[in-house]
Amino acid sequence: MTLGGWINMLLSVGFVTVLFIYCVTRVLRGPGSRAEHELAHVEPLDEDETETR
Amino acid sequence: MTATKEAWSSRLGVILAVAGSAVGLGNFLRFPGLAAQYGGGAFMIAYFISLLLIGIPICWTEWTLGRFGGRHGYHSTSGIFHALLKKPWAKYLGVIGFVVPVIIYMYYVYIEAWALGYAVNALVGNLSIEGKDYGEFFGAFTGAASDGVALKFGLQDVGLFVIIVYLLNFFFIYRGISRGIEIVCKFAMPALIGIAIIILLRVLTLGTPDPSKPDQNVMNGLGYLWNPGAVAVMSVETGAEVARYPDAAGIPAEYQTEAYTFNELDLIRSLMNPQLWLAAAGQIFFSLSVGFGVIITYASYLRSRDDVVLSGLTATSANEFCEVGLGGLITVPAAFVFLGTAGIVGQGTFGLGFNVLPQVFALMPAGHLFAAIFFVLLFIAAVTSSLSMLQPGIAFLEEGLGIERKASVALLGVMTAIGTLFVWYFSANLKALDTMDFWVGTVMLFVQATILVIIFGWGLGIERGWQIAHEGAEMRIPDLFKVVIKYITPLYLLTIFGLFLLQNVFGWNYSLSDPQFNPTGYVNDLVGDSPDKVARLTVGFIIIMTGFALVFVNIAGKTWSRRDAAEIAD
Repeated sequence: MTLGGWINMLLSVGFVTVLFIYCVTRVLRGPGSRAEHELAHVEPLDEDETETR
Repeated sequence: MTATKEAWSSRLGVILAVAGSAVGLGNFLRFPGLAAQYGGGAFMIAYFISLLLIGIPICWTEWTLGRFGGRHGYHSTSGIFHALLKKPWAKYLGVIGFVVPVIIYMYYVYIEAWALGYAVNALVGNLSIEGKDYGEFFGAFTGAASDGVALKFGLQDVGLFVIIVYLLNFFFIYRGISRGIEIVCKFAMPALIGIAIIILLRVLTLGTPDPSKPDQNVMNGLGYLWNPGAVAVMSVETGAEVARYPDAAGIPAEYQTEAYTFNELDLIRSLMNPQLWLAAAGQIFFSLSVGFGVIITYASYLRSRDDVVLSGLTATSANEFCEVGLGGLITVPAAFVFLGTAGIVGQGTFGLGFNVLPQVFALMPAGHLFAAIFFVLLFIAAVTSSLSMLQPGIAFLEEGLGIERKASVALLGVMTAIGTLFVWYFSANLKALDTMDFWVGTVMLFVQATILVIIFGWGLGIERGWQIAHEGAEMRIPDLFKVVIKYITPLYLLTIFGLFLLQNVFGWNYSLSDPQFNPTGYVNDLVGDSPDKVARLTVGFIIIMTGFALVFVNIAGKTWSRRDAAEIAD
């Protein structure tokens, strides 16, 4: 593999990996993660309950 | 009495479901094949530009429109367009959002059955026999030899696996959004990434398996895919690429004859090739599942103030990680190490996955185990995608015809079973599958994505769309994307679509000075001198399905209009 190949591979793979880790970290640490797994057993929900989950 | 409503049970669940929908066979087979074909460097530049100009903008668009529709009680593309545009014709624009996923499911589930069948056959040792003709095995397994021969149910036939896959899909879809799709994706996506990493480690530690062929090593395999510039050695007799070297000076004497020509894959020259841009944009487009009608439906089950910006970007990044970070390092390098350039060149997605890779695994120590693991990986990738294709249809039938989930699952089950039987029976040369994939899985998909982005940028209005997208958002979309979504994405999409039609329908030779048009097989199969019966039947089937969908939309429209009138009266 040439130097250009290494640069291309590391930039491409590195970019998508860093972006993926950054996004997942933000999702897991964000306020939206608090409701995680709470109601996986409940379905269907009453329409007027969906906002209070 | 309150109406019942399905919903995601967690935010991570919907992200994994969207990512699962996007990650499919294309990530591990189509992407690396294209990157290698067009020379890694140039392809990746076009690929990432397309990601920024098409993939991420349409993704945000779909998530936003979906959540907007969900707030108004709509989950199908037709219903969402009806709620958004409030015009009698708007609901008909969304008909493709029903037709595309339902028809794609009909043939995708057939391919999914191949993956499961190959995994089982690999495990029992049928796929690790050195010297076996895997092209012949593939032809017999899929029924490519003639129509009707695939309707068999032995271990080395596809039939048994079609039945299993079908029942599995409908079992999970019947369980609903959170207890079906979400639970599958919560387990399947981490498992998929874990399996891909195991296979990646195996590939990267292959070294030089055959000392008599020192050039066929992992480094050169990676270089074949990622080197930005290279010289391809082309056979004059066959026109096919037979070898590739980083520069002309490295080409050995055996190729310095009149039997070979050299094709320089220079970075700048490659970027001037419109086919490369078409391939890169197409890969982004199909890989991310944008325009399918899936994301818009999935997002409609979000709560009204759930974030869509970060969630959309996370699902996109998960797909990109699987595609570039894992898929880009596994398939082509593995094939190169054992089979060299000649084993890879000219292979399409199916050829690489179901013909070349079994040969590779047959030459690898403990190959049957890694083959089984790899095809399980493909199967998981496929099942999370096929499940997603059913939900838009379920949602549409439920809200349009006013029927419950049990009835809509049954109705959709019958409709898709007819289509899958059609593809399964007309298996000769995979003509029915290929025809559906072209006209529905490609052409209609482009049309649907263009409609979506134009409705967001122009129908809803970019400022209003921006405001809706940022309600509850955990990150801001750079304002630059206002211009991108309103002008650049539709233009880019239309340009790519135009190029696609010129190449794949009208057969343009890409010459402006001496343009020639030779309509492709997809056109000649329908209106040429010797039309293909199966291709015509397939297109007829697509037209009938679309006709049914239009009738359903019409019926649904009446229900929705009554509902609107009642809301106004209240």
